[in-house]
Amino acid sequence: MTQVNYFLTEEQQMIVDLAWQIAVEKIIPVRAKLDEAEEFPWDIMKDMAQADLFGLYIPEEYGGFAKGCFENCLAVEQLAYGCIAVTTTFAASALGGYPILLFGSDEQKARYLPDITSGKRLVAFGLTEANAGSDAARIQTTAVEDGDDWIINGTKQWITSGGEAEIYTIITMTNRNKGARGATAFILEKGDPGFSFGKKERKMGLNASSTRELVFNECRIPKDRMLGKKGQGFIIAMRTLDLARPGIGAMAVGLAQAALDEAVKYARQRIQFDQPIISFQAIQHMLADMATRIEASRALVYSVARTIDAGANDVAKLSAMAKLFATDMAMQVTTDAVQILGGYGYMKSYPVEKMMRDAKVLQIYEGTNQIMRNVIGKALNKEYAKK
Amino acid sequence: MNIVVCIKQVPDAKTVRFDTEKGTLVREGVEAVINPFDFHALEAGLQMRDTYGGEVTVLSMGPPQAENALREALSLGADKGILLSDRAFAGADTLATTYTLAKAIEKLGPVDLVLCGKQAIDGDTAQVGPGLAVRLGLPHVTCVSALSVLDDGKTMHLRRVNEDGYDMLELEMPALLTVLASLNTSRLPSLKGKMRARKADIPVWDAQKLGAEPGRIGLAGSATQVVSTSLPTFEARQEMLEGSAEEQVEALVFRFKEAGIL
Repeated sequence: MTQVNYFLTEEQQMIVDLAWQIAVEKIIPVRAKLDEAEEFPWDIMKDMAQADLFGLYIPEEYGGFAKGCFENCLAVEQLAYGCIAVTTTFAASALGGYPILLFGSDEQKARYLPDITSGKRLVAFGLTEANAGSDAARIQTTAVEDGDDWIINGTKQWITSGGEAEIYTIITMTNRNKGARGATAFILEKGDPGFSFGKKERKMGLNASSTRELVFNECRIPKDRMLGKKGQGFIIAMRTLDLARPGIGAMAVGLAQAALDEAVKYARQRIQFDQPIISFQAIQHMLADMATRIEASRALVYSVARTIDAGANDVAKLSAMAKLFATDMAMQVTTDAVQILGGYGYMKSYPVEKMMRDAKVLQIYEGTNQIMRNVIGKALNKEYAKK
Repeated sequence: MNIVVCIKQVPDAKTVRFDTEKGTLVREGVEAVINPFDFHALEAGLQMRDTYGGEVTVLSMGPPQAENALREALSLGADKGILLSDRAFAGADTLATTYTLAKAIEKLGPVDLVLCGKQAIDGDTAQVGPGLAVRLGLPHVTCVSALSVLDDGKTMHLRRVNEDGYDMLELEMPALLTVLASLNTSRLPSLKGKMRARKADIPVWDAQKLGAEPGRIGLAGSATQVVSTSLPTFEARQEMLEGSAEEQVEALVFRFKEAGIL
């Protein structure tokens, strides 16, 4: 059967093959155990590092491959076919690394990027707080200048890879009077004095991913940890999220594909009323819709990622579309997969219940899908005002 | 440390089929893969090189498409791949194969360690490793499941699995080992490795290049020939034993005795 031809280069196909091999050989065999034990997937992170995946988006001068958002999406999609909790840890490292790549000084890049590329140190990104989620301008973590240092106080919440990562890029307030323009980004390192980790959250899904508080108590760091300019914190966060969101779309595509594969396989084997249930139109139509939506999402995610790599400015709307459409799709497809497997689908001995539990977070993190609609709506208003 | 790893391309056991009428393997549509044991030989070689330095050269005798197996080995980190390919090599049994491989290894110059998988999953002879060692005049140990090198960088401590358990052996390099899957876990390819492998130059050595005697290679150099192959068939028969439990047990014991089991 013909597959959609996305015209991958030989190198892009290599990335797909490599990520696929990791998903099949390293992730799928252990995903249920990691989920059950809420265990951080260090072994798989080492495999990914050994396979060079952490350096995909990093320039060659720092040991990376200078690939773009598209190649990152290709890798993430394959890994997500195995497990999105594991993949989230991988993707979070890019989310934490992009700010350094985009806004870091040469000295900062030279200090951090080689270790990020080699997978020696994981990175995390810290924006969210207890009272600042969708309304990111409400962050309360502060950074105050003190001689040659900065003193950071406050608590970041639900930080992916918190406690496991060695490097953290966080957004703080340096001038509350300026609102969003008073935010500044910093690079923190595990072990900085006054930097500790709060409780490890227990979650509905995504259990192999670590989600923790970052606690800053009179945390003193040298001046050269400031990332970008003073007051540039929100621009850094938004630019980073614009680049990362298609990756969440790709994760949704990989997860949904895995759910569809399980559903079709089951529907072909399950006999009821003397025939495989796939012979019933009710099932066929569900599967048909699932497959069509997956392919449409994939096409959207790939196109947006390629548009970003072609150097487009102001990609917030497109990036939000890729995240919104694909993640809503993944929630529906994984829910339908559970429905098709019926009682078996609800049991932990089949993989689809985990897929459905995991899928929900895709609609929430890296900007809720309601915020995605806000971004798209605002962009439309702006676009049409110019016409 | 100069290390040579011998690998063979075999039909993928997951997709292979057998033509019962012709008595041959159906090769069409069957993927060719690196013999599973050979991955572990390669991994052992790569680990040695990573620790002691030197080079891993991978050799494979086979048709032109065996180049793919060598590229895969390069993507895992091997330094060089050499394909031994010539129409005249076709039909080689283990006698002719070991001759050809030995000629190639002699041509490479002095080696410290030659590594092979325990056996290939298609031929299943397990003769190539030991045969090659004899031809090269190297001591060898087969079925290695654990391996360590002492501080002198030359003496190896080996665990050889046998039917009753295992032997602990000491062996000095240069030597040849054949390895089991339990020796190590094969690494994943890396993106850098894959990119390098795609562009790598893989020299092809033919009979002439090896200076091989025509009568000692391929079918001509083989002491054995495959006359026919067949798929073993197992006929299962079922019979229900009737009567009381005692009668059934008696009938069962009678049948066991009849069949010579008791």
